[in-house]
Amino acid sequence: MSQSAEHIMPCHPLFREPEYKDMLAAKAAQFEDKPDMDKLEEVFQWTTSPEYKELNFKREALTINPAKACQPLGAVLCALGFKDTLPYVHGSQGCVAYFRSYFNRHFKEPIACVSDSMTEDAAVFGGHPNMNTGLQNATALYKPNIIAVSTTCMAEVIGDDLHAFITNAKKNGFIPMEAHTPSAHTPSFVGSHTTGYDNMMEGILRYFTLNEVHEKQVGSNGRINIIPGFETYLGNYRLLRRYMEAMGVGYTMLSDPSEVLDTPADGTYRMYAGGTTVEEIKDAPNAIDTLMVQPICMGTKTRKFIQDTWGQPATAIHPPMGLAWTDAFLMKVSELSGKPIPPSLELERGRLVDMMADSQAWLHGKKVSLYGDPDFVMGMCQFMMELGVEPLHVLIHNASKQVGKRLKKILDEHPFGQSAQLHIGRDLWHLRSLVFEERPDFMIGNSYGKFIQRDTRHKGEAYEVPLVRIGFPIFDRHHLHRCTTLGYEGGMYILTEVVNTLLAELDRKTMGYGTTDYNFDLIR
Amino acid sequence: MAIRQCAIYGKGGIGKSTTTQNLVAGLAELGKKIMIVGCDPKADSTRLILHSKAQSTIMQMAADAGSVEDLELEDVLKTGYAGIRCVESGGPEPGVGCAGRGVITAINFLEEEGAYEEDLDFVFYDVLGDVVCGGFAMPIRQNKAQEIYIVVSGEMMAMYAANNICKGIVKYASSGSVRLAGLICNSRNTDREDELIEALARRLGTQMIHFVPRHNDVQRAEIRRMTVIEYNPKCIQADEYRSLSQKIIDNKNLVVPTPLTMDELEDLLLEFGILEEEDESIIGRTAEQERMIAIQPSA
Repeated sequence: MSQSAEHIMPCHPLFREPEYKDMLAAKAAQFEDKPDMDKLEEVFQWTTSPEYKELNFKREALTINPAKACQPLGAVLCALGFKDTLPYVHGSQGCVAYFRSYFNRHFKEPIACVSDSMTEDAAVFGGHPNMNTGLQNATALYKPNIIAVSTTCMAEVIGDDLHAFITNAKKNGFIPMEAHTPSAHTPSFVGSHTTGYDNMMEGILRYFTLNEVHEKQVGSNGRINIIPGFETYLGNYRLLRRYMEAMGVGYTMLSDPSEVLDTPADGTYRMYAGGTTVEEIKDAPNAIDTLMVQPICMGTKTRKFIQDTWGQPATAIHPPMGLAWTDAFLMKVSELSGKPIPPSLELERGRLVDMMADSQAWLHGKKVSLYGDPDFVMGMCQFMMELGVEPLHVLIHNASKQVGKRLKKILDEHPFGQSAQLHIGRDLWHLRSLVFEERPDFMIGNSYGKFIQRDTRHKGEAYEVPLVRIGFPIFDRHHLHRCTTLGYEGGMYILTEVVNTLLAELDRKTMGYGTTDYNFDLIR
Repeated sequence: MAIRQCAIYGKGGIGKSTTTQNLVAGLAELGKKIMIVGCDPKADSTRLILHSKAQSTIMQMAADAGSVEDLELEDVLKTGYAGIRCVESGGPEPGVGCAGRGVITAINFLEEEGAYEEDLDFVFYDVLGDVVCGGFAMPIRQNKAQEIYIVVSGEMMAMYAANNICKGIVKYASSGSVRLAGLICNSRNTDREDELIEALARRLGTQMIHFVPRHNDVQRAEIRRMTVIEYNPKCIQADEYRSLSQKIIDNKNLVVPTPLTMDELEDLLLEFGILEEEDESIIGRTAEQERMIAIQPSA
């Protein structure tokens, strides 16, 4: 069947038309050496068995479906949050194409980011000439105010020294001496995207404040700095601003890409939009304190720099997710600033409590498997337990053992955390085995969980685990990145998603005409 | 007082590790607190201090543990003679992997784990042979070693290597604070060796900080996995190392080196008779041609 302009069929259902089915079957039979469906089915069933799970957990040298990305990705997101800043990756072009398309698929926005295209000769002779011309070209073409330089594996393995290269590029006249060029080494084979964010943040803060730190006085500007961390929910940036403004507390967001990742379609392309200014960074050491909304993500280099060099306490907080940890966040801001929490936020809190009470009956005792970045998972566990949901499998690919211990303590202390199994450094193929072993009522995580849902469904309806898409990346649903997961408002969003997923699930199960529809209720 | 960080470079086999450990023992005798960071996959930079065959290295332990994040500082940092702290970066077997990255990973690990925050007077990096890739320049990046000592002898290849290392230093010196602090002559008993190395030092804009004579006590100590200072503190060789240590403490002569061109270096070697004047007329001439020329009556 050929397509006609009047009646265009997309990929699905087009490939279910008889002629396509025949063609694909012939192709499989003649050219693909594809095992027959019985064999596929046999192997599939084996991969869902307890023996397979045991083998799967003995894996040592193989990762399947990682739940993490690499350092420069985090460095690029961090850099995008500063005003007129061009993320520049010293290394190979393909890596940068990956960062751009990854964000692009999540945010549905163009991502401005350049590389200096190191090739085989650069691998041999070093990337010094690439840095010279790369900085020169990027400056001439894109006129950034700041070029934030990070690295890919290739530059790291051959040991290119960013500080020396960038300084030499300036001394040799490729870019002006006064050009702003913070940098961070971000080897992809160490840590994850959250490490890269931390490194780049530290690199930027160090670059703009290190030499002037003696002129600064902690507390002199009366403000509080907020570092969002590797945050991909644009609503969260807006929520943090709204809360600080509602409290009447002066604040500086250190990295805020919520404008450049959400530009309007009005005929004008904006390569740069919004973001933290150089003046704001330079003033940041004068703040009362710096609060890290993702304390684990920012817990290494940035925290150390703020404590040791700025002399701020960098007060430890929990990510403000759910009720108790949002309360704690606001109370900490109130304590640091001396400003009371306003009635508007108390009202918002009350609304969340009301919603939690309304949905309680549907959530109590439900089991969830969740995965993602450490701060997100920790906050999500906390909120789920507040809702009466019991974490069953808690999986973090990119966390240290110490983080695992902290999370275990939080789970152990809560009555709803007792049955939780903690899996640190495991991937989504491990999670697949886990949900076959013991079925949760739902999963929370990024889009990659959909393949686990497909497989559980194939095993049989009783095994299917629905996925609530909250996390990063979300490639297969639109506009969710504009939502909010932090604060009371974020709690409302998460609660709405979770309870409605469970209710939709119940509807699906009770739709049986004349069989299960005794419970196909209008009112839930 | 800020920690003084020194890197020791030089041609392979010149005696970097032996010299470093002996001079560090001399510094320790004077009450200095020191850490040695071995930056060589052979991991022999600390054996004389620890009396061990080869210390377990950061990279080997990281590979065993799964990742470098799983290591603790006390796993890799050993204390030996006179409280000297020792660590070896380690690296791959010859012919595989990337030793330079091992140096980067190890030094980053030490920084992150706070090895430099201890109460230290000196850190010495003992770095493999030539500066063959960016990884071996890690010890001289910004905020790391600021003084470089090159171990050299009066042999031609050792001097070539020293000059090449100076070329590497220039690249980093123009953007940072790393400086050449002197040549250490580890004698091979060649003719006029001291004069030659002094002349080379002058051309490079630096000094020969000390001339370490050859002495059998070094080998005697070495087979016992000890420094000379520990093995036989009263011998004259021990005093040589002590004197080197004192000179390093007092050293203020830090320069951006002025490496020689190949021609200049060859001229210097010619001057000292290490290289012989080239007879350009014989280049490319076969034995048969030579024979024909020899039997031809001269014009």
